[in-house]
Amino acid sequence: MHFFSDTRKPGLLTVAVSGLNANDNPGPGLSVIRALRDGLKMPLRIIGLAYETLEPAVYLHEQIDKSYRIPYPNAGTDALIDRIKYIDDIEQIDVVIPNFDAELFNFIKIEKDLHALGIHSFLPTHQQLEQRDKVNLKRFGTEYGFKMPEDEILYAEGDLLHASAKLDFPLVVKGRFYEAHIVQNILDGKRVFHKIQASWGLPVIAQKFIRGTEINIAGIGDGKGNALSVVPMRKMYITDKGKAWAGVTIEDENLVKLAKDFAKASQWKGGFELEVMKQENGELFIMEINPRFPAWIYLTVAAGQNQPLALVKMALGQPIEPFDTYFAGKMFVRYAWDNVIDIQDFQKLSAFGEL
Amino acid sequence: MSKKVTFNVSGILIFMKLKANIATSENGFIFNPTTGDSFSSNAIAAEILSYLKLAESEASIKQKILDKYEVEACQLDRDWQEYMLQLKEANLLER
Repeated sequence: MHFFSDTRKPGLLTVAVSGLNANDNPGPGLSVIRALRDGLKMPLRIIGLAYETLEPAVYLHEQIDKSYRIPYPNAGTDALIDRIKYIDDIEQIDVVIPNFDAELFNFIKIEKDLHALGIHSFLPTHQQLEQRDKVNLKRFGTEYGFKMPEDEILYAEGDLLHASAKLDFPLVVKGRFYEAHIVQNILDGKRVFHKIQASWGLPVIAQKFIRGTEINIAGIGDGKGNALSVVPMRKMYITDKGKAWAGVTIEDENLVKLAKDFAKASQWKGGFELEVMKQENGELFIMEINPRFPAWIYLTVAAGQNQPLALVKMALGQPIEPFDTYFAGKMFVRYAWDNVIDIQDFQKLSAFGEL
Repeated sequence: MSKKVTFNVSGILIFMKLKANIATSENGFIFNPTTGDSFSSNAIAAEILSYLKLAESEASIKQKILDKYEVEACQLDRDWQEYMLQLKEANLLER
């Protein structure tokens, strides 16, 4: 039974969720919320934490009960904790699930303060966050025996020349937090370097291009070296931003082992996603490690492993049994939907920071 | 009633023992849960797959096809070989 008896408002579980940008580069928030609404057998109040006024999920009132704007990560932790305290006075949050890479550093930093307020979370440590950073990915792989593509860290446009001489074209040029482009020549590379620098700052990462089948794996680590849930998904339709717009769960013990090995090596705590390239010879390269649930996390519910629900249980200190089976052949096909709202909703969120 | 036989599979498709986890449907849809690949096949190819799933022998399957459809044994052999190669290329058969 998925029922929590020690919530701050008796009989009501209140969960705050970020990552509400359900657009063509979607955050995981909406999928996390759907998973919780599906899996919980008790009244649930969802609090949306939004950075922008046009994060689409904010306006889905059947999914999110109330939304609040929160300060951008670069405003620092004092601003964040002040805002969360304000929200918590009204809502009495039981669990917070941050879903953006860029906000995790701050949420981890204020984790103890949140706990003192009665807000639980289940997050990786700063060290774990740093280890899997794109800048450190190759080093992490070398240390623990994972195959990662060769890479070069770029601090200036001129570094591209050295990187291309070492890694050859095509190259994958990536931002530290988001965005990746395949470039075919130095001119193309310079253009992408500046584009990514403008969006995500420095450094930019140049990664050797690896040919293969794109597979993502969603998992949860218990912080003690165990992956309690692992669900691999093969991308079936990929957008121009490299995002899976359709995918199917697959059965491959090597992929499950890879995720378990990662959890063991990193002692990962919380949700994670491995972006994997499977070569024709079966070799698995880890292209990226995301320190949170992916946007397709609702597929884990369909596959029989409700990872967001498991995370909430762990955050609240409840023991969970490791999942040992899932359904292969469960597919998702994402779609766009024009949600019609009144301008007053937009005005409320813009002017008062609440909706 | 007899039908002319062709084992055409749009996608790819054969060798001998079908992998245990391959999912097939009556209408000829094939899903490989290990790779996520899916294929569609025509009715006769689907019928052969259903026999392969039951671990029937090559000789037994061929006999059933010869009994049921209007096809020469030598033609069946050729189509069989091609079909098995397709299945092998599609990674649907045990190595």
